[in-house]
Amino acid sequence: MSDHSKSWKVGKVSLPPRVALEISWKNIQVRFGRAMITAAGTCLGIAFLVSVWANIAIVLGSGEQIDPDVEMRNTWLVIMSLLVAAVGISNSMFMAVTERYREIGTMKCLGAVDRFVVELFLIESGMLGGVGAIIGGIAGFLVMLLVSLVKRKAGDFFGMDWSYMGAHFVYAILIGMFISVVAAAFPAARAAKLPPAAALRSDV
Amino acid sequence: MAAEAARESHFEDYVVRTRKLTRIYQMGDTVLRALDGVDLDIKRGEYISIMGPSGSGKSTLFNMVGGLDKPTEGTVFINETDMAQLDAAELAWIRCRTVGYIFQTFNLIPVMTALENITLPMVFAGMSTDEQLQRGRALLERVGLGDRLHHRPSELSGGQQQRVAIARALANDPDIILADEPTANLDLRTGKEIIELLREMNEERGVTVISATHDLHMIDISDRIVWVRDGAIEKIEDRASIELTVGQVDWEEESGQAEESE
Ligand SMILES: Nc1ncnc2c1ncn2[C@@H]1O[C@H](COP(=O)(O)OP(=O)(O)OP(=O)(O)O)[C@@H](O)[C@H]1O
Ligand SMILES: [Mg+2]
Repeated sequence: MSDHSKSWKVGKVSLPPRVALEISWKNIQVRFGRAMITAAGTCLGIAFLVSVWANIAIVLGSGEQIDPDVEMRNTWLVIMSLLVAAVGISNSMFMAVTERYREIGTMKCLGAVDRFVVELFLIESGMLGGVGAIIGGIAGFLVMLLVSLVKRKAGDFFGMDWSYMGAHFVYAILIGMFISVVAAAFPAARAAKLPPAAALRSDV
Repeated sequence: MAAEAARESHFEDYVVRTRKLTRIYQMGDTVLRALDGVDLDIKRGEYISIMGPSGSGKSTLFNMVGGLDKPTEGTVFINETDMAQLDAAELAWIRCRTVGYIFQTFNLIPVMTALENITLPMVFAGMSTDEQLQRGRALLERVGLGDRLHHRPSELSGGQQQRVAIARALANDPDIILADEPTANLDLRTGKEIIELLREMNEERGVTVISATHDLHMIDISDRIVWVRDGAIEKIEDRASIELTVGQVDWEEESGQAEESE
């Protein structure tokens, strides 16, 4: 009886951040193929962004003027590519929600509240965005290295404005993570709204 | 004082009570009464089997009792608490601590090992990591999987997965285990083992087991059998009368679901 009344006091469920990170990381590891497809969008968008910024760093380093028309066009291209990346991530996360329909319902049966489900999806997408952006950032930088070695003097590349480049590389990674988290917001909200009874259905 | 004592003893007696429980599904202009005024009292520590043909409302009843879905009309009391009075966070707590679920399709989290699956509800309940591991190990050993702690569900057989699911359902020492056709995806012998394990847990731990089934093996071990049909309780049999009518039951089922359980 005493034992029973102890367990009956209604309290609050919790999901410590460490465990949330662990679970999200496992989801990425185990579903590596699909994770990489999700990350690929961010990777390409950020690669393009970093290559544009690397070009600016080179121009700044060589003391030339930046052509405002070219800059304008590049800005548009970067924005478009990041939007495309965001739509890709969103789409991919929606598929992940459909795939994990029963799993999400099960978690809710085990005591997860809507917020846990949102957290797990956002963390997962943020991690993928981070990984995608780092790989994309390095790739964009290397592509720019090749291009400038072909089209310019080697000195131009190595004489680039490195502090500008360093800061913008970090911005690019943060932008990649930010876009991934924002793009996952709708799918995560959809996942959180799934009824726990979904877990009991055997036809999905 | 006397009233208090009466309430206490009542509290002890019934872990689940439903009153005029009704769930209506509306699809377009067809109205389906999946549950239609169910009154059911379940005592603490009972082993109950819910039997009935497909579509009779067994899963719907489970959803209501487990706080997974809200009734259209009527009330569910768990430990004398009216579920309708609880907010989302409190319902989550009940799902976490008071009710353990066992599913037909096992429903282990595929990316987690057996041990991680079992400790997840303990994480939600706020248990310390040491206690989680200790309890998790002990539970897995109890269900005979002490050597499968770090296997993923895909590396376990159906019967083993269901054992993990039983251990997981017991993670936070629940008052009630809801098992919706726990043996439907298992072969006959494994299914029997699972049912026996559930019964052992019921006897060892005093946890109330409510199990929906087509499986006639359940009859042997159940304290009571609730027969549902078209969303209503058709009859309730207790152990004494079960033994008397077993022959008749076999005959009834022969024409209906017997092949499904084989
Ligand atoms: N989400 C839903 N929307 C509409 N109708 C539903 C829904 N869930 C269940 N039903 C209907 O309610 C009735 C009862 O369904 P339920 O799943 O409770 O049956 P059951 O006894 O569990 O059957 P089974 O043995 O096949 O699992 C069925 O007619 C079913 O079609
Ligand atoms: Mg069912």
